[in-house]
Amino acid sequence: MNLFQPILILSFAFLAVFGEATLGAPRYWFGAQIDLLPALMVYAALNADLVTVSLLAVLGGLWFDSFSANPLGISIVPLLAVGLPFHMRRDLILRNLPFAQLMLGAAASAAAPALTLLLLLNGGKEPLLGWGTLWQWLVMTAGGAVATPFIFALFDWCGRALGYQPQTEMGFRPDREIRHGRILR
Amino acid sequence: MFKQKNYVALGAVVFVAVVLLSLPTRATGRLKLALGSWFLPLFGLASASQQLPADLADSVLPRRELLQQIDALRRENQQLKEQQIQTAAIARENDQLRGLLGWQRQVPWRLKLANVVMRDPANWWRTVQIDLGSRDGIQTNQPVLTAEGLVGRVSAVSYVSSQVVLVGDQNCRVSAMVENATHDMGVLTPGGPLDSSLVQLGYLASSANLKPGQDVLTSGLGGIFPRGIPIGKIVDVQTVEYGLATEASVKLNANLGALEQVWVMFK
Repeated sequence: MNLFQPILILSFAFLAVFGEATLGAPRYWFGAQIDLLPALMVYAALNADLVTVSLLAVLGGLWFDSFSANPLGISIVPLLAVGLPFHMRRDLILRNLPFAQLMLGAAASAAAPALTLLLLLNGGKEPLLGWGTLWQWLVMTAGGAVATPFIFALFDWCGRALGYQPQTEMGFRPDREIRHGRILR
Repeated sequence: MFKQKNYVALGAVVFVAVVLLSLPTRATGRLKLALGSWFLPLFGLASASQQLPADLADSVLPRRELLQQIDALRRENQQLKEQQIQTAAIARENDQLRGLLGWQRQVPWRLKLANVVMRDPANWWRTVQIDLGSRDGIQTNQPVLTAEGLVGRVSAVSYVSSQVVLVGDQNCRVSAMVENATHDMGVLTPGGPLDSSLVQLGYLASSANLKPGQDVLTSGLGGIFPRGIPIGKIVDVQTVEYGLATEASVKLNANLGALEQVWVMFK
C-alpha cells in the first residue's frame, strides 16, 4: 500500500486546522472563518481509499474540536457524511474539471457546518446563531468551493513531484522481437 | 453500491464519535489537551515567525528614534509614578473610611499577562486560547480582561494553556450595572454572530433610565466577576416584551476581534 497519499492528506488537514485557529484574516475580512476540511474531504473521497477517508474524518474532526468549544467528536460524523457519498459515487463524478470540483466543494462546505450545527442543537448546546449565521454559512460555502480546485491542483502537483512516477512503456516488446535465423547470424 | 467495507467504515467512525461524545467532561478535556499538544511545535514556529519581522524592524531602527522613545517612556513613567502615589493615598483614605464604616476591605486585583495564541475555528463559538495554564496557577472561572475592559472568563484549563470564553458567547453571561443615578442592573447576553463588539444588556426593568453613552460595568453579582470592571458603553436602548422590559445594545470597550494580550485576574 502506498502510504504517501494518506500521509499527505492528513498532514494537510493538520496544517489546515492549525491555520484556521491562528489566522484571523478571513474572520476579519468576511466575518467568518473558512473551513478547509470539507474541501479536503472531497479530494480524499474522490482520490483516496476508504481508510484514508475514515481517518481524515476522525483525525480532522478531533483536531478541529480540540481547538474549539465544540464537544469533542462532534465534527467527525458530518465530515464522514460528506465524504462517504462522494466516495461511493466516485466513478460517476467528473473529478478532473475545475467547475465540477468547485461545485463539489461548495456542496461539501455547505453541508458539513449545517450538519455540525444540527448535531449541536440536537445535543442541547447553544451555539451563537442569528441572521448573521446565514452570511457566515455562505462565506464558508464559497470559501470551501474556491479552495477545492486549489486543493486538487496542489495534491496533483505533490503527487507528481513526490510520488512514484508512472512506469513508462518501453518501445521494446519481447513478443515483437525479430528472431533471426541461423543463416543471417 | 454500498459495499460491506463502507458499512464497516461508517460503523467504526460513528462508534468512535459516539464513544467520544459520551465520555465525561473531564475525560474529553484531557483528550482535547492531548490532541492540542500535537500542535505545540507549530506554535513555536508561528510565534518565532511572527517575532522575526519585529526583530528585523528593531534592528534597523535609527538611534535618534530610539532615544526619542526612551525620553517619551521616561516622561510617561514619571507621570505614572505620580499617579501611583496619588492612587495609594486615595486607597489608604478609602481603607480608613471603610474601616470607620465597618465595611469589608476591597482586595486589590492581582493580574497575570497572557498571550492569545488561538481563536476558535468554529464560527458559532467565541473562545480563544491563552498561553497560561494550570502550571501558572490558572483555574476555571477566573475573569479575563484587557486595559480597555472585560474580555471573558477562563472556561477550561490544561497544563500549559487555557480556554477563555468571551463576552458575547452563550456560555459567558455577565451581571452588569449601568453607571447612572439608579445603577440599573441587567445581564449581558450575546449580540449577533457577525459583530463581536456588540452585546445585549437584557433583563432590565422597564423603568430603567438608560441613555446612549452611559458606561456599563460588572455588578459583582454572580461570584465570578468582581464589581467595577468596565465592560462598554450603551449605544442603543429599546423596550421589549410589550413595554414590560428594557434592553440595551452595548458596545464593548475591549476589541475582541483583535486580542493579542490579555490579563487574567486572580482573586
